[in-house]
Amino acid sequence: MKDIITMAHGAGGESMRRLLADEIAVLYDGHADLDDAAIVPGGPRLAVTTDSFVISPLTFPGGDVGKLAAAGTINDLCMRGATPLYMTVGLILEEGLPMATLRLALSSLRATCDEAAVAVIAGDTKVVQRGKGDGLFVNTTGVGMVGAPQPPSSCSAVPGDRVLVSGYLGDHGVAVLAAREDLPLRTEIASDCAPLHGLVAALISAVGSDVHVLRDPTRGGLASALNEIAADSAVGIMLEEEAVPVRPQVRGVCEILGLDPLCMANEGKLIACVAPSGAAAALEALRSHPLGQDAAIVGEVIDSATPRVQVTTGLGTGRVLSMPAGELLPRIC
Amino acid sequence: MASRGAVGLQAVAALECTREANLMEVCGTHSHAIARHGIKQLLPETVRLISGPGCPVCVTPTGDIDLAIELAHRPEVTLATFGDMMRVPGSESSLELARAHGGDVRTVYCPTEASALAAEYPDRLVVFLGVGFETTAPMVAGSVLEAERCDLDNYVVLCCHKLIPPAMDALLATEDVRIDGFLCPGHVSTIIGMEPYERLVARYRVPCVVAGFEPLEIVEALRLLLLQIERGIWAAENAYPGSVRPDGNPRARAVLETVFESTDARWRGLGMIPGSGLRIRERYARFDAVSRLGLDRPRGREPEGCACGEILRGVKAPADCPLFGDTCVPQAPVGPCMVSSEGACAAAYRYER
Amino acid sequence: MCLAVPGRIERIDGLWATVEVSGVRVKARLDLLPEAVVDDCVLVHAGFAITVIDPQQAAEIARLRREVTQLG
Repeated sequence: MKDIITMAHGAGGESMRRLLADEIAVLYDGHADLDDAAIVPGGPRLAVTTDSFVISPLTFPGGDVGKLAAAGTINDLCMRGATPLYMTVGLILEEGLPMATLRLALSSLRATCDEAAVAVIAGDTKVVQRGKGDGLFVNTTGVGMVGAPQPPSSCSAVPGDRVLVSGYLGDHGVAVLAAREDLPLRTEIASDCAPLHGLVAALISAVGSDVHVLRDPTRGGLASALNEIAADSAVGIMLEEEAVPVRPQVRGVCEILGLDPLCMANEGKLIACVAPSGAAAALEALRSHPLGQDAAIVGEVIDSATPRVQVTTGLGTGRVLSMPAGELLPRIC
Repeated sequence: MASRGAVGLQAVAALECTREANLMEVCGTHSHAIARHGIKQLLPETVRLISGPGCPVCVTPTGDIDLAIELAHRPEVTLATFGDMMRVPGSESSLELARAHGGDVRTVYCPTEASALAAEYPDRLVVFLGVGFETTAPMVAGSVLEAERCDLDNYVVLCCHKLIPPAMDALLATEDVRIDGFLCPGHVSTIIGMEPYERLVARYRVPCVVAGFEPLEIVEALRLLLLQIERGIWAAENAYPGSVRPDGNPRARAVLETVFESTDARWRGLGMIPGSGLRIRERYARFDAVSRLGLDRPRGREPEGCACGEILRGVKAPADCPLFGDTCVPQAPVGPCMVSSEGACAAAYRYER
Repeated sequence: MCLAVPGRIERIDGLWATVEVSGVRVKARLDLLPEAVVDDCVLVHAGFAITVIDPQQAAEIARLRREVTQLG
């Protein structure tokens, strides 16, 4: 019964991590780069990343699949401190997709690439029969040039590092959820989808190699990303619950549906683990950039026998922030 | 009756009890809130806070889940359910797996979305998995009345609803675990009011306090419970008076009683409890999945080694289960207490390791 | 076992209320609470309003939330 793919495998939580470790691992030998982008060994220092975008609906407040496909891949390169340069675009189009929808997606993709000075240099297009694809699937592969001798990595968090987030969390996840027609709620929350090349450049320019880790908290949200950093770096992370910026409307939607804002996806935010000496300057650099105005220091990396993420609540008590288990389902209990 | 002190952080400091006390909370949403806010850490060492069977997802018998899964596989059926039930393991599968295998399973936020599905797709038979206590059953009753109003012939409810006061009574009667006080479910109480707890208090002399869901509201309710225990008194107190009226919501109860009547029901882990469940009245038989489809309710198999039953009764803690955190984890749950976000095991694993 | 959120009724159309919860608009049925009126604060569970919240208590709950938030 467990030998089929379920929605949980795509949700960015523990099930997905297991799928990668148990099945996808057959594709490579030895230790694979666990970061958002891989650095090509030897020669000029290139970062490479690939991502597929299967979002539904195709357009949502604040963006569409095209913008998402470009920003997502650009951001993965940026999380290694790389300058994004080139992109490939693979399209799988479902029979019956309106041409206007395709045009919108492509023009958004192009505009987002232009914003980051990224050139699309290769691509592929396929069409599948009606019913065999959810309108439009996009894959983007990105290539960038790594600057620093020691690029940020999920494995490089050090006890004492401060944990920063670049702004309000949960906007994208909530915007997409609320755009589903089957939920009886309306909100003005828009996706935060945006390319972060400028924000990352400002951060690295201010504090350089004090930035040990950069991750973008996409599917699975902050909870997933912090748990991955803790596991990859073999550390613990202490999070101050009240310090994490979440908009009241995002809290509202999550309360109504029984979801946790810390598990909701973001597409225009970053998490940074910064050496304590650079934390204040890092925060200042983020806040000085339009995409980081609401940045905050939310926690600290600590020594820990087992990797885990702990939260200090508003009451001063503690709890563990676990990896999300599976598909995010609205609940009534 | 103890007077309410200032609610707030002062209540935290006022949590004291010189005697050993076992407090049981019977609302899954309370279990979740308590774990999420680390409220157990605020309690004196003499006080033990136990999770009871107030998680409707956790207490739905395996056989009912198996039945829902079987229905989901029928080609003409659309199985509609609250999201909470998707990952609950039956004897062999779950609704999530049933969907992955091709079953038409849809999650809904409100039961009337299910009757609306029936109206929209007249050639599908929409089966709604009715799970929940007195807070939720009136809405499901509402969806049946809606289906009647719209003259739908393709909407049925698989009724698995249960009632809280009979379960509290059964727990006190069996004395598996000494219960010195109950933290009573806030939202169930908005429907049933205070009278059922007054009856329990009169019969068993056990303090009962109805609590809200903000962490400080829970702390305040615990303070009132401990105060009663310390003073050796027993009463049904309402620490959620803004939302819970002494008479509850008579209209909601009337809607519930129009469509449902009480019946004996089997609770996963607790066995059969008289008068603790709901079934659809004869008059609405055409909206009852069991009579409409001539269904047998199978017993289902409990997984080997699973201690959910004892955990739901408060006899064991999650850590006492041999499977906890090892073979039974949120991403691969063996028993229902690990699946439901408010189940004792899920709360313990997610928040307290 | 019951997630219910407090919100203010903004408008009523027959049996449906538009309830505002922290700036989010959620639709809730009033079948179980026909006496509710615009501006009432209600608890919403599974798409239905289940009780009117006493305004003083609603303010009290908001105060408790703020108290916890301001600690951090």
